[in-house]
Amino acid sequence: MVDMSVMLSGVRLDNPVIPASGTFGYGMEFAELYDINCLGTFSFKGTTRDPRFGNPTPRIAETASGMLNAVGLQNPGVEAVIARELPRLREIFHKPVMANVSGFSIDDYAHTCAVLDREEQVGWLEVNISCPNVHGGGMAFGSSPEAAAEVTRAVKAVTTKPVYMKLSPNVTDIAAVARACEEAGADGVSLINTLLAMRIDLKTKKPLLANGTGGLSGPAVLPVAVRMVYQVYEAVRIPIIGMGGVSSAEDVIEMMLAGAAAVEVGAANLADPFVCRDIIADLPRVMEKYGINSLTEIIGGAHHG
Amino acid sequence: MQGSYRVETVRYLTADVLELRLSGDTSAITAPGQFINIKLNGFFLRRPISVCDWNDGEITVIYKVVGRGTAALAEAEPGDELDVLCGLGNGFDVSKCGDRTLVIGGGAGVPPMYGLAKALLRTGKTPVAILGFNKKEEIFYENEFRSLGVETIITTVDGSYGVRGFVTGAMPDSYDYFCACGPLPMLKAVCGAAASSGLLSFEERMGCGFGACMGCSCKTKYGNKRICKDGPVLEKEEIIW
Repeated sequence: MVDMSVMLSGVRLDNPVIPASGTFGYGMEFAELYDINCLGTFSFKGTTRDPRFGNPTPRIAETASGMLNAVGLQNPGVEAVIARELPRLREIFHKPVMANVSGFSIDDYAHTCAVLDREEQVGWLEVNISCPNVHGGGMAFGSSPEAAAEVTRAVKAVTTKPVYMKLSPNVTDIAAVARACEEAGADGVSLINTLLAMRIDLKTKKPLLANGTGGLSGPAVLPVAVRMVYQVYEAVRIPIIGMGGVSSAEDVIEMMLAGAAAVEVGAANLADPFVCRDIIADLPRVMEKYGINSLTEIIGGAHHG
Repeated sequence: MQGSYRVETVRYLTADVLELRLSGDTSAITAPGQFINIKLNGFFLRRPISVCDWNDGEITVIYKVVGRGTAALAEAEPGDELDVLCGLGNGFDVSKCGDRTLVIGGGAGVPPMYGLAKALLRTGKTPVAILGFNKKEEIFYENEFRSLGVETIITTVDGSYGVRGFVTGAMPDSYDYFCACGPLPMLKAVCGAAASSGLLSFEERMGCGFGACMGCSCKTKYGNKRICKDGPVLEKEEIIW
């Protein structure tokens, strides 16, 4: 019997598989398809202080082995999430959930996190300082170690829940940003968000996305994500949630060998809504194949010494 | 709602429009105007295609080859198995339709109107089909509609067959409801010309097709909606043009 459980800031997850924010809504669409209690947890849709419609459509474009999105943080706002989404979630999901938070100012982040801090089912805050699809916020906070640290401090000051800072790959030195978050008190880091990208329609000779740029995700980015998780693992001592292109049990193990304590699955949920359930079901087989008894023991296993 | 579906027949209806009949579990389909989302080898995202017709164990879809994905789908042969998400979206609610309902399709928007016409007939209502195409060579399913016993009006923009002009020019004086699917300018024109309430089916680039990713959102008078989950069929009264 293999042990798939992992610890995330004092909370034991039955397995390391976590659907990533923005690909899983607030859980309801997937709960129609399978019992989502099989998940380690999930990271709910990026939530902001005020309701947001997001960007104009088209918001989605396909790429080789992946996709672009420029949704732009559409969400009903934190008050509606608490009033409508979380009560419904409690009925169907009986584990702590990861609350993903975005903002456009330090005050936004602090306010939204303070409100979510009061929610019993929220087990962790995942603070998105890396959305490439909004203007005047999002990625700007994750682009410099100083700004990332400032958001971290502001959020830590208003919550007792573990805070995971979600980092952008669109930087020169992601390890430096991760270190700054750690020094500012972050309990962990999540990486990577999507890679800033663009496609152009040959018929219209214009960008395919109405927003122009979008974020690249899907299997195409897995090697970039593995490299960044590996680098950040060498730079910090806090746990890392690894993500980027994960779509199989093998990918989960690769990400953990690079240094991830848990693993998020994003775009793959959109192509195959059952992928997380199937990865979890497949993990024991793949662990046995590679002689792994406990997933916790392989975290960072690819590093020397 | 996810399953493997076997390709039974592939038929070219025009130079670039194909009819594909699939066998498999159709129990997830509850209304005309819903769609299926087909996984294709070599493509990350699925391809959403509206259901033209269905019965116990068989689905008919009709699609136009417009890009690399639909071109790849056109390579499917009888006996092939396709990974399909079935019964997606909010289709046409025939209980809202009147006794004499216009069923208006434009080009690639014609297919779901066939299943709708059949559903209307089943409930004792009388559909009147108006099917718009650019020219004679692009017409498909005229005979299939007529074989249902449905009054069918064909329009062509260039006048090479049927009534010359757009579908709006062929709308009769007497009807009490309409349903439409087609290009956005057609939907807008139909809404402007229609004297009655109606339902319209919209198209948008989708990520997941089942309501998770917010890729296909639109604003309506009733709030934000997802074309894939809350639509693709929306009420005339809620649409913000």
